[in-house]
Amino acid sequence: MAVAAVAGQPDESPDPRPVLELRGIGKEFGAIRALHGVDLEIFPGEVVGLMGDNGAGKSTLVKIVAGNFAPSHGEMRFAGEAVRFNRPVDARAVGIEVVYQDLALADNLTAAANVFLGRELKRKFGPFSLLDHKAMAARSLELFGELRSETLPHNLVRQMSGGQRQAVAIARTRLSNARLVMMDEPTAAISVRQVEQVLGLIHRLKEQGIAVMLISHRMPDVFAVADRVVVMRRGEKRADKAIGDTSPEEVTALITGAKEAA
Amino acid sequence: MTVPMESPVSYANVGRARWWRRGFFASQTGYVTLALLILVLVMHFASPYFLTEGNIQNVAKNFSFIAIATLGATFVIITGGIDLSVGSMMCFAAMIMSMVMTALSTPGEPGASWFVHLAADGKTVVANVPGLILAVSVLCGLGTALIVGLINGFCVAVLGLSPFVTTLGMLSIVRGLAYVASNGRGSFPGGPDADILYALTSGDLYGLPAPFIYLVILALLMAVVLHHTSFGRHVFAIGGNEKAAEQTGVEVVKVKIAVYVICALAAGLQGIIICGWLGSAPANMATSYELNVIAAAVIGGANLAGGIGGPLGAIVGCVLLEVIRNGLVLAQVNSYWQQTLVGVIIILAVLVDRLRSRLA
Ligand SMILES: Nc1ncnc2c1ncn2[C@@H]1O[C@H](COP(=O)(O)OP(=O)(O)O)[C@@H](O)[C@H]1O
Ligand SMILES: [Mg+2]
Repeated sequence: MAVAAVAGQPDESPDPRPVLELRGIGKEFGAIRALHGVDLEIFPGEVVGLMGDNGAGKSTLVKIVAGNFAPSHGEMRFAGEAVRFNRPVDARAVGIEVVYQDLALADNLTAAANVFLGRELKRKFGPFSLLDHKAMAARSLELFGELRSETLPHNLVRQMSGGQRQAVAIARTRLSNARLVMMDEPTAAISVRQVEQVLGLIHRLKEQGIAVMLISHRMPDVFAVADRVVVMRRGEKRADKAIGDTSPEEVTALITGAKEAA
Repeated sequence: MTVPMESPVSYANVGRARWWRRGFFASQTGYVTLALLILVLVMHFASPYFLTEGNIQNVAKNFSFIAIATLGATFVIITGGIDLSVGSMMCFAAMIMSMVMTALSTPGEPGASWFVHLAADGKTVVANVPGLILAVSVLCGLGTALIVGLINGFCVAVLGLSPFVTTLGMLSIVRGLAYVASNGRGSFPGGPDADILYALTSGDLYGLPAPFIYLVILALLMAVVLHHTSFGRHVFAIGGNEKAAEQTGVEVVKVKIAVYVICALAAGLQGIIICGWLGSAPANMATSYELNVIAAAVIGGANLAGGIGGPLGAIVGCVLLEVIRNGLVLAQVNSYWQQTLVGVIIILAVLVDRLRSRLA
């Protein structure tokens, strides 16, 4: 699927502008300062690993970008334009998709129904519009195929493995022309084989020019797929390094605070 | 570190389940239907009267008297909610319908001059098309139900009150209003259109009782809405995982309000039908019917935890309850046993479902 050209940017540009730019993002919850002065850029087709201890502010950052709540400070630009989201739907409308930590799947529905939940395909029958089951099943099968996942559209999510569920949640992000996909802890609760599947899925997104922000506690996962790693600690960004310029040891030190910044 | 990129897609571990292990056949609705068929066979051999046309009509009419309300309640149950106010709603809608009808048919009452006038010989004459009074009264009854449904939905979806508590309160409020409105005496549909009401509610077409015909039409409509519209899809999604529905952009508040409105309207219509059959709307009409309705829905396979249910299950549950009641009558068992047996069946149905999902 083609990635829509960023406004005012020539397609052949060798160094495209970032899809997402954060400048001085801060967030307070009452007296709690969850985020402070975070600057971040993500480019098309780039996978950024976001790491940090519990409470470092990773989920808060994701939720701000996803439109779950507005930042207290700072500005956000998406595809070069200043944006302000009031609701998750606003973020989705410009091309930001989120795979939530709990995947946000309805167990009692089929894979296809979940992929299309909230944006069902319909056919007109006179004044009525009814669900187009065939089209949704066909498109889902196509998406699962693209993601190389062994998931069938008519299977119930309840009966699926962790990896298949992940595929359903990720397939959902492929419906629209998403330009940034953020994943909160996608590999936290699944088996080793399934982790490989998910990392494979992230590669597929990257190949299609989609920027991916991967939040993970698992060092091997981040080092397997990310181009760049960003370390958060106590609400601040402490490091932002290309994977080749750092090591799991350094990142661990940054996460725990043994090393202040890099 | 490398990621396996080109592992072939194979569907080894996700083959499609055999037909008898999925869908209807593996559902509670499926085996309750089976239980019902067996029960009907047993009854047939036990009593030659059971499968006679008269008795079948009787059974069909009786279960239709709660099944329409059960269809509505099933919508609410699928979203994971509950509506305890259906019994009171049946009564109140019937009473409003009946009172409006009587008032509009009495010359001198406010608004009645539009519909009737007194002829020279002192008789009341319809000023308009026959049936207009009935149509207006039924709309008033259903309008009342609509308002009650909106209030239930608002409390649950917008204010976030628990459905159990909200509708328990509404059960009492609406029943109280029915007593207040009729001063405890109930109401009798009167006037020139009363006969049309009776014909439409206790009449039959080709031997099929009218309520049964309405039931079948509404059940088919419900099946289409639940399985072939995005509204229906969202009803299931909310029951399955409300937070997920919210995050994926489903308009959870609207859908939840809609299901309580549908439930109240179905109960209102049911009440009006019962009223036509009884020929009156007593203030204690349909008392505790909410329990029968919920029992029928649950026996038929709707899950009170949400996410599962449908029109077929709702009807099968109602039929099963009625066949048992009918059977006990035919067998001349003390009718007080009926309630006890219904309770046992509710627990059995849920128990069998639990055992089945353990074994699967
Ligand atoms: N809705 C909220 N209300 C109050 N405090 C919050 C809220 N969300 C997060 N926080 C606080 O913000 C900090 C960062 O949390 P979070 O972003 O969830 O961290 P992480 O995802 O990195 O573990 C924590 O101290 C947390 O308690
Ligand atoms: Mg978190």
